[in-house]
Amino acid sequence: MLLNPLEKIVANLPYGDGFKFVDQLLEIDDTSVIGIYRFQKKEYFYEHHFKDHPVTPGVILTECMAQIGLACLGSYLMQDEEKPLQCAFTENHITFLNTVLPETTVIVTAKKEYFRFGKLKVRVQMIDESKNKIAEGWMSGIIIAK
Amino acid sequence: MQENEIQEALFKIVKVYLPQDVKESAIQLESHLMQDLGINSAHLVDVVLDVEDAFDITLDEKDMEAMKTVSNAIEIVTAKTAS
Repeated sequence: MLLNPLEKIVANLPYGDGFKFVDQLLEIDDTSVIGIYRFQKKEYFYEHHFKDHPVTPGVILTECMAQIGLACLGSYLMQDEEKPLQCAFTENHITFLNTVLPETTVIVTAKKEYFRFGKLKVRVQMIDESKNKIAEGWMSGIIIAK
Repeated sequence: MQENEIQEALFKIVKVYLPQDVKESAIQLESHLMQDLGINSAHLVDVVLDVEDAFDITLDEKDMEAMKTVSNAIEIVTAKTAS
């Protein structure tokens, strides 16, 4: 079975299954990306955050937005590069507006502000499947070919 | 634009990206942006982009590599705004 270009980006992300918070990309182009992830009941952090009351941690939501908005969009923008890519999350400012419970699908949209000298900065937004806004803000990362 | 005006504008840009433990007074003409002022490579890109906006110029990889100190930045801006 051949992967389409969007599936290929997700398949080539450098994260292991326990820390990959992207299921699928819906759209991607030079300026923006839309991706989704379903938080499964079995994710390991629900056992601890919180005790007897599982809520997705803000850092995990931030990571999910960074994987879609920076790592996926960044690898798309660097698709002509033959050497393997390395990415590093460098900065973010995120406001959280709602919680994400287990078995929720989130939709992340990121719009490129700039990609210069290997640094990608995006505006990001996360909504849930009922269109409740979960979070919004901006983030940046470095993507280089080594 | 006068050299002292360029210098003042550059100091103002660099100030924004100083780490918490570096005082504003540390910014001198010969300060190395990364080694002396502790500006990281991601913020160096922001410095370059702010310099582009402030002086309405475009900088490339070569300019970025040459921009090691505040005074290097003044030289680059002076050369670009003169042409």
